[in-house]
Amino acid sequence: MTLQSTKIKKMRKVNFYGHAIPYLEQVEIKGKFIVIEGPDASGRSTLIELLTSKLEADGHAVMNAGLRRSELIGEGILEAKRNFVLGKRTISLFYAADFADQLENKIIPGLRAGYIVLSDRYIYTLMAREAVRGISRAWSHNLYGFALRPDIVFYLDVNPTELVHRVFKKNSNLDYYESGADLGLSENMLESFIKYQGLMAKEFKRMQKRYGIKSINGNRPVNEISIDLQKRVDKYLLDNHSLD
Amino acid sequence: MILMTYSRRRKKDPISIKGKLIVVEGIDGSGKSTQLRLLEKWFQSKQSSVFLTEWNSSETVRRITSKGKRKGRLTPITFSLLHATDFADRYERNILPLLHAGYIVLADRYIYTAFARDIVRGCNPKWVRRVYEFAVKPDLVFYFKVPVDIAVERILSGRPKLKYYEAGMDLNLSNDPYESYRIFQSRIIEQYDSLALSEDFTIVDGTMEIEEAQRMLRSQVTKLFPTLNISRNVRRPIAS
Repeated sequence: MTLQSTKIKKMRKVNFYGHAIPYLEQVEIKGKFIVIEGPDASGRSTLIELLTSKLEADGHAVMNAGLRRSELIGEGILEAKRNFVLGKRTISLFYAADFADQLENKIIPGLRAGYIVLSDRYIYTLMAREAVRGISRAWSHNLYGFALRPDIVFYLDVNPTELVHRVFKKNSNLDYYESGADLGLSENMLESFIKYQGLMAKEFKRMQKRYGIKSINGNRPVNEISIDLQKRVDKYLLDNHSLD
Repeated sequence: MILMTYSRRRKKDPISIKGKLIVVEGIDGSGKSTQLRLLEKWFQSKQSSVFLTEWNSSETVRRITSKGKRKGRLTPITFSLLHATDFADRYERNILPLLHAGYIVLADRYIYTAFARDIVRGCNPKWVRRVYEFAVKPDLVFYFKVPVDIAVERILSGRPKLKYYEAGMDLNLSNDPYESYRIFQSRIIEQYDSLALSEDFTIVDGTMEIEEAQRMLRSQVTKLFPTLNISRNVRRPIAS
């Protein structure tokens, strides 16, 4: 018996936010690109795991991607940030370089091969961090002009006070950067965390329309959010199936 | 003295800076570094506060960037962004604070090097310019213009091994590194030539004798200091 194709996945042109890399603008992809955004302890990684299993059970090939997974930049950046060695513009560019490496060496090849690429955060987190640190939004928007436009972006919207509880359940201490401690918002770390997460959430609201980000109520239990998320992804895939 | 950044938004709100920024640009082997070092010595001999910064020289950035660069993994975008990171680090920590403090900052290559190289590598020119729009416009840019054959000969006679990216091997111009280097450099010259017009570079004939070129540079630089005759030794020490 021979297993033969009766359907082929349609190739489609990619969409970018800007025009940074003419040599990539000709690329054609088959896969789908899904992004999950949200603060630390919002349940992102659990949700991505669950979604990955579900999609694989449905027969899709899934590839996981995310920020800070590239091989271009060493762990030294965390230490340098902590010691205030690097300026904010330098940090932004470092992260942009790291992200570009991810995009070109992992995300795009995955999409070309027909994978569903699930990204744990994307440029929106980077842009929001930059904006709350006083970097012009127009500059960041241009900087990430080489970024591929995802098919669908979800943002886990969690109330900062609820978030604090989840962080403490997980770690028993607040992360320096996730608390925006470099911004000097408050002497009190908890207050700083709540203020910083509030600023980040506001920035995400601001970006929602421009970048087509879909907000998900992240204050619910993870399994409840997971069902909601899977339903939305299923609906998207059904409405936009790429098989002919 | 008021300096402008390249940002369109900031033009209404220029940064006031006491120091001066003098830049040299040109391909490798054009003689620019030799000339800049002689300018540095000159300022030092006049007891001026002077600082020299070189392209791609941030130790911190080098330490954080992993071996990816050596493995030939870079694409035009990552290549461009890592150089922008290096520049931003030197800019945020040295160039800008020193200009504010009234230093004469000498830059061996500046954002124009990125414009020229990144555009040759295929990045979008508008994108590259906007990435660097936070940088202040120099008071003076000397562009060392030299025929590509002379520059290539100067480089290859002293240092026969060419590095991968230095030779532009990532552009697939030729399998021979020397031939690739030559083509790459001539494309960069084309970019410099067009920047020379739009950015108002002072063009220096890179085939001149060293002493003659330095005399001309010093006479141009002197014009930047109308109240302070730096050709006489009159600069007071900062603290006394």
